[in-house]
Formats: sequence, structure tokens, C-alpha cells
Amino acid sequence: MFYRQSGVHHTRYQTARRLWPLPTDQRIVWLLLALAVAAPFYMSDLYLTSYMLPWLIWSAAALSLTLLMGIAGQLHFGFAAVMAIGAYTSIHLTRAGVPFELALIGAGLMSAVIGCIFGAAALRVKGLYLVMATLAMQYLVDWTIINVPAISGGAQATLSTPSVSLLFVPLRGDTALYYGALLWAVIVTLLVLNIKRTSFGRALVAVRDKDFAAAVIGVNPFKYKLLAFFTSSFLGGVSGAVLAFCYYQAVTPEQFGFNVSIQLVAMVLVGGLGSVIGAFLGAGFVLLVPIILTNVVAYAAVAGWLTVSSNLLAHIPLMVYGGLIIGFILFEPLGLAKIYDNIRKYFLVWPFRHTQS
Amino acid sequence: MDFSYFFELLINGALTGLMYSLVALGIVLIYKSAGVPNLAQGAMVMISAYVIWMFTSMVGLPVYVSIAVAVVVMFLFGLLAERLLLRKMVGQPIIMIVMLTLGLEIFLRGLGPGFLGAAPKQISLGIDMMPIIVGDVFINREYLIGGAIAVTMIALSLLFFRTRLGTKLRAVSDDHVSSWSVGISVERAIGISWGIAGVSAVAAGALWGSVQGVDWTLSMLLFPAVAVVILGGLDSIYGVLVGGLIVGILGSVIPGYVDPLVGGGTRDVVTSLIILLTIIFRPHGMFGREDIERV
Repeated sequence: MFYRQSGVHHTRYQTARRLWPLPTDQRIVWLLLALAVAAPFYMSDLYLTSYMLPWLIWSAAALSLTLLMGIAGQLHFGFAAVMAIGAYTSIHLTRAGVPFELALIGAGLMSAVIGCIFGAAALRVKGLYLVMATLAMQYLVDWTIINVPAISGGAQATLSTPSVSLLFVPLRGDTALYYGALLWAVIVTLLVLNIKRTSFGRALVAVRDKDFAAAVIGVNPFKYKLLAFFTSSFLGGVSGAVLAFCYYQAVTPEQFGFNVSIQLVAMVLVGGLGSVIGAFLGAGFVLLVPIILTNVVAYAAVAGWLTVSSNLLAHIPLMVYGGLIIGFILFEPLGLAKIYDNIRKYFLVWPFRHTQS
Repeated sequence: MDFSYFFELLINGALTGLMYSLVALGIVLIYKSAGVPNLAQGAMVMISAYVIWMFTSMVGLPVYVSIAVAVVVMFLFGLLAERLLLRKMVGQPIIMIVMLTLGLEIFLRGLGPGFLGAAPKQISLGIDMMPIIVGDVFINREYLIGGAIAVTMIALSLLFFRTRLGTKLRAVSDDHVSSWSVGISVERAIGISWGIAGVSAVAAGALWGSVQGVDWTLSMLLFPAVAVVILGGLDSIYGVLVGGLIVGILGSVIPGYVDPLVGGGTRDVVTSLIILLTIIFRPHGMFGREDIERV
């Protein structure tokens, strides 16, 4: 009764290739989905809007990046710029009176087209040079947004989002915003999960492992690198728009600076490159751990256990965050997804460890 | 066209560029021997400026003594960084190494200001603040001395690569396994190159700290330094010199004429464009060695 694989005998390819072949996994997924849907009923507004909501949206963004970095193997240090393009496009479209659903798609397409220009560098170089090229493009996009008043609304300006409705439900109030974010996170999750088992996903993996070798077996690296940048930038742009509408409810250029790009890469790496559950875990970890640790230290300082200057307290998140990146790369390069996988494998066959998992 | 304005931009740009090359030198030294892109060099410059400041104003040493102390501290820091962090990364994909050095950068950026205070601090090297006036052109004296020190450091590193130790480092940069087979300790060579990068960070930290004050913005020097390195070639010391001059001059002359038209901030754009265009048209830079990849 404890053996999770008991009674699972696949006799057809369709069942063996399901997303979650084991009943246990399916039950866990349904349980998590039910918990997420029911969250507004058991969570306080504070937790809902300042923890759950950003976590879901950042996870969606990290998923879009993991599609590019983990599955297609193209390094990207300018993903915040892609999200900024999506956010600004969606705001300008909705202000012009375009329905929100169409504005989201427009935002995605705009990001995808500009993201493909980022990808143009990937056709020429890879590895370290690609990192540098995307980093330079991040600066260029930032500068363009700040210095073109038609986009940013003038220097130092904040554009607040107009009130919109998604699928005939007005996006107003914490619950509606939360469901909007949840819907997008679920869509991206299902999409990335399914991309991994299509011919498109396998082509991306081939290009990742060795692009020359992929060309030899008939996968066109040129086409698939561009497609990877297109898809991932599309998702990233819509995530940026959802972030602007559901969480910030305003956009400024600083929300999408270079540090945010690094943060996204950190989420992907801490979670585990190319892993879907890793994107969720990594986003949660990178967002939450610095906050929690700062709170713990602040609490200890208030209680008088240690003396910490307010200056040091302000820099603890930065140190923790840098330390997290270093620690994960040194000690668990495969990230939180690998830790989860180890635990899952252990319980999969528990208590019969001698069986094959 | 006003030529004295142009010459002023040109000369001061060239001198700033030489000071960029001082930061870039550390990146090249490490890449040349270990093949690791050190994106923590900006933070190492910042930390060495903090160390110098700490020994002058908290311990009370004269500034040149504290620079000497900082040289020792940063050399040890470089050795430690190699021993504790980079040695475990041999054979890992490049993204891991890039993120590791970036993580180190972020960590140091929190460490320095966190423990020593985030407010900008002064390092005084005893350089006269009066600009030198040649004809109609004002030359910043600090930049002039900085440029001279940068040229000296680059010349010293060129000479260094001709010594016995330098030859070993060049051998290590060519091929790790063959160096092992002829009895060169690759680990020690890479550690020493990190130490030397730390020493060059001290030179950069002292000069930039006296020019713009010591705070976390010193670590932003990484970006122009990366442009210098990409333009000159990741493994070329001549490239650092020439790349630094070009990045400095373009980053001073173009903003000098374009900034009034678009409202500022063009220097970063010029730097980004230099990186981007170099990578698209000549990825290995002007003097770098082209990588030939085999399946």
C-alpha cells in the first residue's frame, strides 16, 4: 500500500507518456492546484498579495527563462528588459483602448520580436560572449525606455495601469488579481511541461547539447535558436505585463533593471536549470529567503541577542542573496529540483528500497 | 567646431580609459591563465578601496602604507577565492562559473558597505586637485597620474609574462593537462593569477576611490571594464591598453556632443554598443585568440 508504483503497468504508449504517469503524482498536482485555487479563502490579504501573487508571477517569468536557458541552452542576462518591453507595450495598448486579452498577446508579440533581436547575437556566439551581448542589450533597452518619453511618459515617470477586465471579470480587488496571476502561471506551467515532450522540445535539447551535432542530425540550429528566443520572450513579455497589471499596478523603468535580470537567472539556477518544479521552488527561495533572514536578524536585534547596525541590516539581503547563489553552485549545481527529486525518489519506493525506481 | 573642447574630451577620455584598463587588467590576467571570466573584479576593486580606507581612517596608517597592506590583503583574498570557490568549478559549464563570480560580486557588494558603512568615503592620495592647463585644454591631474600608473601596470604585466613564473602561467593558459605533465602546478599558477588580479584591483581601487569616493558604485566599473576586455580580446594584455583607450575616448567624446541633445546617460549606451558590435562582428576582440571549436 505504500509502494507508489504498485499496480502501475503501462500497456500503451499514451499512458506511459502522460505528464504524470503515477497516480501519486497526479494526486499531488490536483491537491496543489486545489490549494492554490482556494488560497483566497484561507489566506489573509497580506499573504495573498505580498507573497503568493508575486511568487506565482515570478515563477511564470522564471519558467519562461528556464525554457531558454535550461532547455535550449541559450544564456540570457537581459530577461528583465524583455519583461519591461511586455509591460510597457501592454500598458500603452490598454490605454489606447485595446481589450486586455489582446493587449497581453500584443505585449507578448512585441517582446518576442525584440527578443529575437537579442537572439541574433546567439546565432553568432555562445557561452560567455552571449552573456555579455544580452547584458549590453539590457542596458540599451533600459536606456531607450527611460529616454523616450513616448514610452516611459517622461524621465522618472510612473505609468499606472488603467482598470481592465480579463475574460469579462474586472481585474479589481485582491482576489481577482490573484486569480489572474494564477491563471497565467498554470498556462505557462502546462505549456513548458508539454514543450519538453514534443519534437520542438527535443530539437531544443539537441541544440543545447551541441549545436553542430544537432545540425548533423538534421535539426536546424539557426531556426531552433530563434524559435527558442521567440517563444521564451513571448512568455516573458506576457509575464512582465501580468506583473505590471496584477502586482505593481504601475510601471517604472527601475522595476526591470539589470539586478532583476540577475535575480531571474538566480531563480533559474537555484531551482535547477530546465526544471519546471525548479522554477517554482527557485522563485520562492530567491524571493523569500532574504526577507525571512533579514526578519530573523531584525527580530534578534530587537530582542537584544545581537547588535546589528541598521546599515548592516539593510545589506543583509544582498549578502544572503549572493551567498545563496555561491552556495548552490558549489554544493548543489542541479538546484532545488534535484533535492526534490532525491526526496521523491526515496519515497517513491519506500519502504522497499531494493526495488528499481 | 570647437577644437579645444574636442581635445579636452579626447585627452580626459583617453586617461579615463587607461584607468578602465586598470580594472580590466584583472579580468584579463585571470582569463589568460585560468580561462575563467572574473565578473567579480568590480567588487574586488570596491573591496580594495574599502580596505585602503579602513587602514587610513580607522587604523590611522599613512595612505601609502595602507595601500601596501591592501596589496597583501587582496593577494590573499585572490588566493582564497581560487582555493575555496573556483577550484571546485573545473569542468563545469560556463554559466555556472559566470554566475559564481556574479554571486561573489553581489556578496561583496553587500559585505563592504554593510560592515563599513554605505555613505561615500574619501581616500586622499595627496594629489593636487588643480587641473593642468595646456593651451586651452584642462587636464585632470588625478586622471593623468591614474593613466600613468595604468600604463606602468600594463607594462609590468607584459614584463611579468616573460619571467619564469609568467612563462608557467602562459603554459597553464595554453593547456592545463600538458602543464601538469611537465610538472607545473596548475592550481598554484591559477591561484597566483587570482592574487595578481587582486593586486591590480588595489591599484584601480586606490585611484578610482580617490577620484569618485569609496562606496558601492565603484563596483559599477565592471561594465566599462567588460567592454574594454571584450573589445581588446579576453586574453590579450595589449588589448587592454588599446581597448581601454578606445572605450575611454568614445565614452567621453560621443557623450560630450550627444548628451546635450538627448538628455544624458549616453556613456552607458556607447559602452553597450561597443560590447554588442564587437561581439557581432569580431567576437574574439581586436587582439584576442580565436577559439576553434571541435565537435
